[in-house]
Amino acid sequence: MAKVPENLKYTKDHEWISVSDGVGVMGITDYAQQAMGDVVYVELPEVGRVVAAAEDFVVVESVKGANDVFSPVSGTVTEVNEALDESPELLNEDAYANWLVKMELSDEGELDGLMDAAAYTKLVEELEAENE
Amino acid sequence: MKRTPMYERHVAAKGRMVEYGGWDMPVQYEPTGIKTEHLNVRSDAGLFDVSHMGEILVEGPAAEAWVSSLVTNDITVMKDFQVQYNIMCNEAGGVVDDLLVYRYDKEKYLLVVNAANVDKDWQWFSSHLPREGVALRNISDETAEVALQGPKAEAILARIADFDPSTVAFFHFVDGVHVAGIPALVSRTGYTGEDGFEIYVPWDRGAELWDAVMEAGAPDGLLPIGLGARDSLRFEAGLPLFGHEYTDEIGPIEAGYGFFVKVDKPGGFIGRDALKRQKEEGPKRRLVPLRMEDKGVPRQGMEVADETGKIVGFVASGGYAPSLDANIASCYVAPPVPAAGENLWVVIRDKARKGVVVKRPYYSRKQGS
Repeated sequence: MAKVPENLKYTKDHEWISVSDGVGVMGITDYAQQAMGDVVYVELPEVGRVVAAAEDFVVVESVKGANDVFSPVSGTVTEVNEALDESPELLNEDAYANWLVKMELSDEGELDGLMDAAAYTKLVEELEAENE
Repeated sequence: MKRTPMYERHVAAKGRMVEYGGWDMPVQYEPTGIKTEHLNVRSDAGLFDVSHMGEILVEGPAAEAWVSSLVTNDITVMKDFQVQYNIMCNEAGGVVDDLLVYRYDKEKYLLVVNAANVDKDWQWFSSHLPREGVALRNISDETAEVALQGPKAEAILARIADFDPSTVAFFHFVDGVHVAGIPALVSRTGYTGEDGFEIYVPWDRGAELWDAVMEAGAPDGLLPIGLGARDSLRFEAGLPLFGHEYTDEIGPIEAGYGFFVKVDKPGGFIGRDALKRQKEEGPKRRLVPLRMEDKGVPRQGMEVADETGKIVGFVASGGYAPSLDANIASCYVAPPVPAAGENLWVVIRDKARKGVVVKRPYYSRKQGS
């Protein structure tokens, strides 16, 4: 089954986020990269872009198609992972080590609306059972 | 959804099953994925389940004339046990389907058509039948098919065939032979741009054939290949696909496959007048192969612009080409059509991304390999 680290928060759209001191680091989950297949291009947002929770702000292109990635929370993009520009396949190698965007959160309270590892694991198990 | 006789094999190999033309088919296998599968066909070999394809037997004294009246290429020049690529057009010069025509003799042909078009094609054939002289049989449901493709295909097949595959020339076939003891028709054809064979056997022997070929190919690194890599392989090799390069409104002249359209062949054919006019006057759009220079992946339906930003066309097929490690597109563009080396732009998510016009095919295998 797809990996789900304990210490992260998750969305139903298969993004993860980890927050310390008001700065979030986010990416897509292992389940997401498996479902997408070989990643060939990642379109990252401009630094400084202000996004709302659930707004699409990254596109991950795989051999199968384009996949929108949604911001787990509201905030401002402070940094993007430029290593993915040259090596998008890093997402297939490790979707947690290879983050997409760092952002300053505008409301940390939004984190309470996200899933913890136990809840997300349950979701992934259900989805994987459907695909069996 | 319909299942081929190899369905259980796909599930056991962790195929990711998707609906395609009414069939439950593997788009890729989890241990490998599209890119690995694609590259393996180019470097070694791959096995495709193409049992969903349609097969129609045509027999009778009028078989040659009748088939000829439906297709664009000149089938009267074919020799026995030859295969020919053909396009079946409507009156307006759009495409009903593209197909392979296998000639046994002038009174017996096998037509192999696209899975998603079998019912439509059958209706088309039936509504154009002469009063006598031709009998049709749709043997799609009794025929399983695999495609064994790649530079190692011949060596793999030689291990389990009761004939020497090296004696079967490109676009020729043998029938009444055996592969792993299973009665088979084998042609040296394919849809990948590589050397390879397509093997037709009775439906209920399909899984047995699959197992035998996989086992024979194990020393050569044979992998099962899903529909995802089937599409990327054919696209990279510059081969058209109905629903992309061909539609019921867009035909072979526009797509740049005029070589397969013999407008002056004896007896004529459906769509001949429209296609002849296109050949003489030039079509209203032409297929242009593009290799992207900017980042971003072109996809079917996206708009194509010239350097002034004017929309001049659209993408017919687009995607990542694993053997080139580049993104490529086939674009329908209104004349004047840019030459190789000139630029076109694909509008990807509201941004124009630059590509350079190249020559088709995007990929071709090395001579002698």
